[in-house]
Amino acid sequence: MKIMIQFVIDYISYIFKGGLRFYAWMGFLALFLLPWAYGNYMQFTQGMIVTGLSDQVSWGLYLANFVFLVGVAAGAVTIVFPAYVYKYEPLHKVAVLGEMLAIAAVIMCILFVFSHMGRPDRLWHMVPLLGIYNFPNSMLTWDTMVLIGYFLLNLVCGFYYLYQKYTGRPLNNNFYLPLIFISIVWALSIHTVTAFLINTMPARPMWHHGMMPIRFISTAFAAGPSLIIVIFLIIRKNTALWIEDKAINMLSTIVVGCLSIGLFLTLSEVVTELYHPTEHSDGLRYLMFGKHGLSNLVPWFWGSLVAMLVGWVLLLIPRVRKNYTVLPYICVLIFLGIWVEKGMGLLIPGSIPTPIGEFTQYSPTMIEIMNCLGNWAIGFLILTVLLKGAIGIVLGDVKYTKTQ
Amino acid sequence: MSENTIPVVELSDQSPCGGESVGQWDPNAQDDRSLDSPSRRTFVQNSAAGMSAASLMGTAALVTGSDDADANTTWAEHFQGNYRLMSDEEKAEALDRLEKRYSLEYEKDVTVDGTEAADNVLFGYALNIKKCIGCRRCVKACVQENNQTRGDEQEIEWIRVLKMEKGEFTQEKLKDGYPGEVGIQVGGNAYGAVGVVLEGEHYYEPDKVPEQDSHYMPIACMQCEKPPCVKVCPVRTTYREADGPVVIDYNWCIGCRMCIGACPYWARRFNWGEPKLPKEEMNPDTHYLGNRPRMKGVVEKCTFCIQRTRQGRYPACVEVCPVGARKFGNLLDPNSEVRRVLATKRVFRLKAELNTYPKFFYYVD
Repeated sequence: MKIMIQFVIDYISYIFKGGLRFYAWMGFLALFLLPWAYGNYMQFTQGMIVTGLSDQVSWGLYLANFVFLVGVAAGAVTIVFPAYVYKYEPLHKVAVLGEMLAIAAVIMCILFVFSHMGRPDRLWHMVPLLGIYNFPNSMLTWDTMVLIGYFLLNLVCGFYYLYQKYTGRPLNNNFYLPLIFISIVWALSIHTVTAFLINTMPARPMWHHGMMPIRFISTAFAAGPSLIIVIFLIIRKNTALWIEDKAINMLSTIVVGCLSIGLFLTLSEVVTELYHPTEHSDGLRYLMFGKHGLSNLVPWFWGSLVAMLVGWVLLLIPRVRKNYTVLPYICVLIFLGIWVEKGMGLLIPGSIPTPIGEFTQYSPTMIEIMNCLGNWAIGFLILTVLLKGAIGIVLGDVKYTKTQ
Repeated sequence: MSENTIPVVELSDQSPCGGESVGQWDPNAQDDRSLDSPSRRTFVQNSAAGMSAASLMGTAALVTGSDDADANTTWAEHFQGNYRLMSDEEKAEALDRLEKRYSLEYEKDVTVDGTEAADNVLFGYALNIKKCIGCRRCVKACVQENNQTRGDEQEIEWIRVLKMEKGEFTQEKLKDGYPGEVGIQVGGNAYGAVGVVLEGEHYYEPDKVPEQDSHYMPIACMQCEKPPCVKVCPVRTTYREADGPVVIDYNWCIGCRMCIGACPYWARRFNWGEPKLPKEEMNPDTHYLGNRPRMKGVVEKCTFCIQRTRQGRYPACVEVCPVGARKFGNLLDPNSEVRRVLATKRVFRLKAELNTYPKFFYYVD
């Protein structure tokens, strides 16, 4: 118990030890908190009317970010999987960083769910025993369950690993490895269930197809590692933790492989829906070409497609893939491309047209954007803190014996 | 019924219910028509005595008067359970609390009814699309009866009347559909608005109804027997009542809007802001699961006017319809009007392919 308290003290005091660049970064993120607080205050007091949502398009930017971030959380498994299933040493050493990313991403997901809810004050209605948990009927209860499960798995695995490392004791593999393997399968489940959340609605024909889960997973496993590559390159440059080239190369290979599948599925959908364009393809046609003169989403769709295609082609070339000056920019391009594809490009046209055929445009308000940026900033604050603590322990800067 | 018997209604005057012929809509007026079934009427008379205990308590509290009631009741409301799972005492308390709060807020004697579903009753609805003239009196009557929010900022209407236009096939395009030199069809009549244009327009603003070359298709909640909205609700705040209507416990709704996504009929509305309901327009005869005033951040929808129909009255839209296009009754009663429609008319359900089994039927003579 005493060791545990010492762990917490050492961990926290290490986090606050940082250079100017660290504090500048944290300060920059904190800047988004003020508009975030204002936006949340407005939304809580005035209601969702301060958003651009309507009865026609009732799911918007908040849920789009939620869906995307579930993918990022699941994408963390692209480190854990090669590390533990294939015993890939370069990634095995830094696998705990993936778990930290998963924790931060799930927290962001929860923040976006809060932003999306009309009555966040009534969340307790969903707590089992206290309220009613409509399980197994409601897909949302499945989603809540798998997300909380994934959060706990990563929290336990990640901090157990760090704690053992801190105390210098060996890992108890009978306890640790089963949890790791469960968390690998669980990562697939979180994004699968998120896809089920929207594709189990016959009322929304654009979403109502069985390809959704695998498409979600393939793009998530491109967006997740893209972010991880950028983070790894930043860590390499700014900390003493040296992440091997092999680890980064493995991740960029995963990105290009999963992106190939994602693009293939996207194009399959386009052909299937547009060959005989029924009413069910109205959403996709609105997204791609606009309809009745309404074309808000058209530049987003084509922009995202171009971003993903350009990123994919560049990553196919080994020389480019291994050039670490260009690689982070390509990764950012792919990350943003997939963010648009799952957000503006999937969540919103699912509601357009409405089930009765009405085309209504949606564009987020300033308050929605402030809240979204704030949620992202909080997520990155948490991520930075978690990564910094983890790096300190992995490097041996934070150690139990040293403090005695 | 031949075309020329359809009454043409002037819509240029601003009165919410249109012409003089139907008279002013008064939500408090007792219905002089009754449901066909005699057994249903008897039931309602029997149950009337039992149901109003809660309303009496509410009125008593109002008479004795307590100033801090508003704050206390709001506070207690936050911690109340799901209505369906409340005990009878808890339900009475909840109704009483609401009556106090609403009476203070709207400065009139508001009753919040909690009448339960009757045995051997399953409400059903039938709408004659041939008769509907698109006057939207039903829409206005529904808003007045059911206390929806109104004004410029947000306006909630549970009924939407879709205008279906007729398109035209033309002689000139006749040959365009024939495969050209490369064997690909490039045009033809199918490339314009021809036949009946099925994309319903529900913002039409004509001077007179019915309009030339149009017909109308009112929609509202279909009260599905297998409602997708109920299945997706994470907290079971929306559910099908024993007598058929799908209702919402507004105090339990968390505002996640899963149900809005799942509804294939676009029947559900969300209170995006704080509802605006002028005191003088508020209908004080309410039901907990029906037309009581809502709060911001919750979903609402048609309940077949549960506050009326459980008292043996017609829904407001049925009562106001000037052409008798709307029929309502007990589906379990073979002699009810709605059952006669099902037995003798050509009936269909909207989006039957989704297997939601609506209890709202469309028919033509």
